[in-house]
Amino acid sequence: MAATGDPVLEVRDLVKHFPVTQGVLARRQVGAIRAVDGVSFDLRRGETLGIVGESGCGKSTLARLLMALERPTSGSVRVGGREITRAKGAELKQVRRNIQLVMQDPYTSLNPRMTVGDIVGEPYEIHQDVLPRGRRRRRVQELLEIVGLDPDHADRYPHQFSGGQRQRIGIARGLALRPEIIVCDEPVSALDVSIQAQVVNLLGRLQQEFGLSYIFIAHDLSVVRHISDRVGVMYLGKVVELGRDADIYGRPEHPYTRALLSAVPVPDPDGRERRERIILQGDPPSPADPPSGCRFRTRCWKARDVCAQQEPPLQVRPGASHESACHFPELYPVPRPY
Amino acid sequence: MTGITGGTPSMLPAWGGGAVPRNEPLLAVEDLHVEFATRQGAVKAVNGVDYTLEAGETLAVLGESGSGKSVTAQAIMGILDTPPARVTRGRVLFRGTDLLGLSEENRARVRGRRIAMIFQDALSALNPVFTVGWQIGEMFRVHQGASRRDAERRAVELMDRVRIPGAARRLHDYPHQFSGGMRQRIMIAMAVALEPELLIADEPTTALDVTVQAQIMELLTEIQRESGMGMILITHDLGVVADAADKIAVMYGGRIVEHALVHDAYRAPAHPYTRGLLDSIPRIDRKGRELHAITGLPPNLLDMPPGCSFAPRCPYRQGDCAVEAPPLHRIGPTRGSACHYWREVLDGSHG
Repeated sequence: MAATGDPVLEVRDLVKHFPVTQGVLARRQVGAIRAVDGVSFDLRRGETLGIVGESGCGKSTLARLLMALERPTSGSVRVGGREITRAKGAELKQVRRNIQLVMQDPYTSLNPRMTVGDIVGEPYEIHQDVLPRGRRRRRVQELLEIVGLDPDHADRYPHQFSGGQRQRIGIARGLALRPEIIVCDEPVSALDVSIQAQVVNLLGRLQQEFGLSYIFIAHDLSVVRHISDRVGVMYLGKVVELGRDADIYGRPEHPYTRALLSAVPVPDPDGRERRERIILQGDPPSPADPPSGCRFRTRCWKARDVCAQQEPPLQVRPGASHESACHFPELYPVPRPY
Repeated sequence: MTGITGGTPSMLPAWGGGAVPRNEPLLAVEDLHVEFATRQGAVKAVNGVDYTLEAGETLAVLGESGSGKSVTAQAIMGILDTPPARVTRGRVLFRGTDLLGLSEENRARVRGRRIAMIFQDALSALNPVFTVGWQIGEMFRVHQGASRRDAERRAVELMDRVRIPGAARRLHDYPHQFSGGMRQRIMIAMAVALEPELLIADEPTTALDVTVQAQIMELLTEIQRESGMGMILITHDLGVVADAADKIAVMYGGRIVEHALVHDAYRAPAHPYTRGLLDSIPRIDRKGRELHAITGLPPNLLDMPPGCSFAPRCPYRQGDCAVEAPPLHRIGPTRGSACHYWREVLDGSHG
């Protein structure tokens, strides 16, 4: 997928802390869940940026911040050059046309009392000026056809469709306003294996056809690799590594990325006895009380004193091919073939 | 005998006082049929399942939602809700004895003690109002008449065994105070407490993060290696199967459509469904191109197509597939495929 130079989405130092309060009458803040804690990246036109990480790493909060469904504690999100974090009312509505969300669970994200046609056409009710009323039904049918559903089924209800078909309905709704960016939050993880490939292919086709840019959030590393041009790895609210897919999967620098990749079961039994595995001990720490310095140091086999004292910034280190946030990144001696 | 390491299956007493026949497989499921009565009619969830398992072996049962993989396991375990469920035909032979023919009292003596099960969702499988120490200890108190103090001591040993840090300190904590991975360890501790001969693991790592999943699978295989128990691993994840299983049984529409040694199935699948699943895995060399997707949808169990239930989605389909359901063809000493055209599928595997 050819990504052209100009960024359609710019995220800078994005922070979201959820206050933790105590007391019934006089509520006072006793701490904060640091869900997203200083995230920056660009997304270019036609590009797919995959975001991977485990539960609690902040990837879904990030999606909500990008959609302006949450107000960040600080930092900026610019969609097509326009700041959305402080946008209100008509201005916010205008920006949101350009960025749409496809959610994980096609069973709870569609209103069971609305017909599929009404669900897909609802964006036109909210953004009345996009399409005159008389042309909406036709356009909804076109959208259903684009995502591979029968346009004559617009009068049916969500329960009459399978999980994969419901996800297509959600995608059709996401396309209604012709956005440039679609944020996909675990779009295939609720689907059966034989259906996942169908939806992944659909997303790929739509990207080529409409020049879409995707933020593709998922925990399935092989699906992310398949669809992404670049990948960001998140751990406890931070991006710990960011690079092209070949860099992240072929030359992972951050110990967490290496552990994550080696933990994925390989769907090939040949040579399984010899496979090298990094098994991390324990669970990720709580985002309410992250470790000092590097957040991964409590589970890291490379950790030294400096890791507890200094937080490693996300940057390209000498000898490295891409950005990582580790004092002791894994470096690969062989130069890149291109 | 404490802990879970000692004791091979043959040292355990057989119920009913009879000697354990050495040549019987640990478990043999034969022609199992299960139906659910619903308002819309009978849902045929399991339609003739056969498999066998030896001690120390891991059989992976692979299938998607509605394939009947969990219902088969629940029938083996004897925990189906009847009604609405009904086993309409078949036998479940555990060391030669048909479990389906046992009285509920005798069945209950097998369940938990000789056949144990762990589930995907540990939070709902554990009782929220009792401490984990109490729940693990319950296995010893109820099944072996252990004293409270003794049960508690053995619960701590088990929690150590499944590597829950600070076991003695956490004995009196409640399930919600543990992370998902730790809860799964608690459930494993309860399951292996009485040194079962057979462990059924129903999607044991599906709800877990990938790094925690690796921890749990490592723990399960280690316990199995040390105890020699047989394991049925129910999953939809082709990666988990490839990592852990000796044999694989692929289920579709309530039947086993292919069974094989795991290396054989991955090297050259003999059923179009298995082949379709393996082909749909994203691989590096297919990046930027379309994935091979299996077209269409899984069958509706209320209204199964006549003939082969995979036929409407099958690229190998011929005229007779929609008419005649293929039997499970024996295509080798350890292999079977329920496809009329298994030869073509096998041949095409390398092309």
